Amino acid sequence: MSSSVSRPYYPDYLAETPTKHHFSPYADNGGSIVAIAGDDYVVIAGDTRLSAGFQIYTRQQNKLFPLTKTTVLGCAGCWCDTLTLTRLLNTRMQMYEQEHNKTMSTPAAAQMLSTVLYYKRFFPYYISNMLVGLDDEGKGCVYSYDPIGHCEKAKYRAGGSAGALLQPLLDNQVGLKNMQNVQVESIPLDRALSILKDVFISAAERDIYTGDAIYINIVTKDGIKSDSFPLRKD
Amino acid sequence: MTQLNFISFQSILSYNGSAMVAMKGERCVSIATDKRFGIQAQTVSMDFPKVFEMGPHLYLGLPGLATDIGTVYEKLRFRKNLFELRENRRMSPQIFSAMVSNMLYEKRFGPFFVEPIVAGLDPYTCVPYVCNMDLIGCRNEPEDFVTGGSASAQLFGMCESLWEPNMGPDDLFETTSQALINAFDRDAISGWGAIVHIIEKDKVTTRELKTRMD
Repeated sequence: MSSSVSRPYYPDYLAETPTKHHFSPYADNGGSIVAIAGDDYVVIAGDTRLSAGFQIYTRQQNKLFPLTKTTVLGCAGCWCDTLTLTRLLNTRMQMYEQEHNKTMSTPAAAQMLSTVLYYKRFFPYYISNMLVGLDDEGKGCVYSYDPIGHCEKAKYRAGGSAGALLQPLLDNQVGLKNMQNVQVESIPLDRALSILKDVFISAAERDIYTGDAIYINIVTKDGIKSDSFPLRKD
Repeated sequence: MTQLNFISFQSILSYNGSAMVAMKGERCVSIATDKRFGIQAQTVSMDFPKVFEMGPHLYLGLPGLATDIGTVYEKLRFRKNLFELRENRRMSPQIFSAMVSNMLYEKRFGPFFVEPIVAGLDPYTCVPYVCNMDLIGCRNEPEDFVTGGSASAQLFGMCESLWEPNMGPDDLFETTSQALINAFDRDAISGWGAIVHIIEKDKVTTRELKTRMD
């Protein structure tokens, strides 16, 4: 075609020209993660819906991955990248253990995750990561990441498909932002759990990629306790 | 998509940035907005009106493109005044929102880039009413609250957990304010002060909120 018109040319019959096929190595499988840290505990919860567009692949997919007895990773985003990343991290945890004869601390795991993500700077793992655990003093901590390994330590964080809906609520209810005459103190575990359930109920109401149920991991010095809570399934 | 200086250009609707919410209460409604006017990431003004009094119990919020806010407001004011002079009766919020919707759909293929919110009490029965619509006038009239602007996702999260039925005017004010402030604190292109209107049968209370200015 020699004309300079930008209109595409559609032949009337099957042309023998090469056909261009598209392939994207990424998928957005949705999911939300919320984590809240306290003085001697940290809780992390992820919803159990795995979806693509308007399809739901499964309603019971756990998105929390315990790395050690005091460290848990939560992943939302591209599920195939999550599988690859967690497999790599588990290998690296094992290598560390065998080389140094001790399990990795949470801050060390957090730094390692950042490095592992940045190693794929120009073909990133498309995941919202949230690493929680107890630090060297036994205090709860939350590390959140962007897909290329930028890391921030926080006391509470929401991430994934409903992150924008949940984070301002955590600011208000956990961080006590825009409140007058309140003293900021760390919240007890039962309050953290009830806020966690409330925010997920709200998210499931408006975000189609969040719902079905949540899996909760409660990390204390005694180890990791699992729990679950049903959400709306539509 | 064209890559612009700082934020990649997404939508004309979030070119200037805004956050707006309206809620129903027990015989009262609230409508609240931020005060920022900016051009993408650059803040230009911090007292830009986006919520307008269209009658004693009728308020109109126009989140969206700032240039269209002025145009749409003037056109609606004209049409509403003409209706009230010709019919010699007050316009109810339902009829007003139908008029807004109709006017937007007239420009179906070259729309005004605003997503209006209507809040008010019926002038005769005082029944609360809130409504929002998209830029071509598709209406949504829920039982609880409506949100709009670039911080609408954050507002949905806040309102969905803070709102409860049958709130009095004081509760409604606190809920609306907390929902709005905490929502726009997590949006880079809205905030910089807020205005909250509480509309009741015999009075409208307008309060300006001090917020963080960054």
